[in-house]
Amino acid sequence: MIINGVAIDATFAEAFPMKATRAIITAQNEKWAMISAQAMTGFATSVIACGCEAGIERVLDPSETPDGRPGVSIMIFAMGGKGLAKQLETRAGQCVLTSPTSALFAGIDGGTRIALGKNLRYFGDGFQVSKLIDGKRYWRIPVMDGEFLTEATTGQVDAVGGGNFLVLAESQPQALAACEAAIEEMRKIPNVIMPFPGGVVRSGSKVGSKYAALGASTNDAFCPTLKGMTKTDLSLEIESVMEIVIDGLTKEDIDKAMRVGIQAVCDLGAANGIKRISAGNYGGKLGPFHFHLQEIMA
Amino acid sequence: MSALTFTLKHQPNQRVDMSPLVCQKLADLELAEIAAITLQNGKRKVRVDEIFSVAGTDAQNIVIKNSFGKLDFIGKELEGGHITVEGDAGAYLGLGMKAGEIEVSGDVGLYAACEMKKGKLTINGNAGDFLGAALPGNKMGMKGGIILVKGNVGERAGDHMRRGNILIEGNAGDYCGSRMTAGTIAVMGQTGRYLGFAMRRGTLLLWNQPQASARFNDCGAHTLAFLPILFTSFKKLNSKFADNSMAFNRVQRYAGDMSEMGRGEVLVKIS
Repeated sequence: MIINGVAIDATFAEAFPMKATRAIITAQNEKWAMISAQAMTGFATSVIACGCEAGIERVLDPSETPDGRPGVSIMIFAMGGKGLAKQLETRAGQCVLTSPTSALFAGIDGGTRIALGKNLRYFGDGFQVSKLIDGKRYWRIPVMDGEFLTEATTGQVDAVGGGNFLVLAESQPQALAACEAAIEEMRKIPNVIMPFPGGVVRSGSKVGSKYAALGASTNDAFCPTLKGMTKTDLSLEIESVMEIVIDGLTKEDIDKAMRVGIQAVCDLGAANGIKRISAGNYGGKLGPFHFHLQEIMA
Repeated sequence: MSALTFTLKHQPNQRVDMSPLVCQKLADLELAEIAAITLQNGKRKVRVDEIFSVAGTDAQNIVIKNSFGKLDFIGKELEGGHITVEGDAGAYLGLGMKAGEIEVSGDVGLYAACEMKKGKLTINGNAGDFLGAALPGNKMGMKGGIILVKGNVGERAGDHMRRGNILIEGNAGDYCGSRMTAGTIAVMGQTGRYLGFAMRRGTLLLWNQPQASARFNDCGAHTLAFLPILFTSFKKLNSKFADNSMAFNRVQRYAGDMSEMGRGEVLVKIS
């Protein structure tokens, strides 16, 4: 399959079941909601070492938030429910509770309920106040800038993590420009996050390493400087490869995000140095979710 | 299906215990069986059809017409469905109700919605003393649900209240929110003496400055984030509380009752 001069490999991305949750952070203005959201989703690019994958889903209009203030929707993904709950609580406590003017609300009404501000209330040292409004419990925790308002719980749902595609380009600036264009379009899709810095990862990995202590190492088949040294998957003109990783609430959400992302890359096309789109997988044996590139773009 | 309607034929001299006439107890009964139910009337027992004419079939939707202030225990421990009272209601309206809705077009007597657990009670007139309170000797008043009063309420509204909302468009009598453990009482009109007497926790939300009390300490003026959410939850009500112009988030906060544990609050609108 070739779109605008870009070859779409007959391969697939392999993804895994994860647990996910969403929270809504509001603040006096969008600037401070975003600062809090960025703190809460920081150091959360990969479950390998961060414990979770997190990202900003989108900016919310005041009309969409529970308290009518500007807000940001964030999502957190982890391999299990326990880990997710731990990450959510720690991040909420250190990054949102501490952030000036912030308030924190559930972003998923159904699902398994996990603590959002339920345990942060103890920070109130007995001065905290509970309010049950329309069946939802809120905690008002006195803090130095006034009151921190948080919903007690949010929903945890089954999700999919690890959808991906690789952009193979003739130069590093062209690969990055293509990924930026893809991310801009993918951020318009609800229920997905791209957890890596700016949504793009330049250090894709393979399973295993020559060093026994490491479970993963650089994806040498896609490293352009190793073309003459290893069993490469790159043709000579490829000088840079970048990857976009997608976590979503459902397989369909990731499908949509991949489609618009790959389309945005292909719109730049061969004229802008984009040669191929590929994807990362483990032979299909590890992850139950397979995203076949050519099917997605058909 | 038409509403199951009880039309009062004449006003008995003695009080009537209406507790058998709730939706869950009438669900599977024929009209003749309902007519044969006996009600306590003073020291007598009377058949339903002795004082009411009965019509309709839908026991989930009960209407009491020509009601007056001696019909007690209407909607006692209601578990679902809707009861409409056309006229006044007596004491213990909605006592311990667990779900469903009751609406009264007129005034109601003492202990309305006392020990209510869930559901919604709308009183279009005035309510007597001990609205949403605990029964005498009991420690726990209203535990959930919402009470909307469009008129005034008597003394001790929300006495020993534990959870839920009492919304009063008019004035509240003395000792409003006394001995509250938690929950919210909102009063648009004036409040009487001894507001929040011995309250432990909970919120009294006021549109007008109450009488000063030595038992409450001023915590200053604040913009509170939970108030917009609370007012949004009132939007579905047919009430002044749903009116955008009545909502606010800037309040003077008083903490008390300091002679008790002092975790309660009186929030007064700053205009």
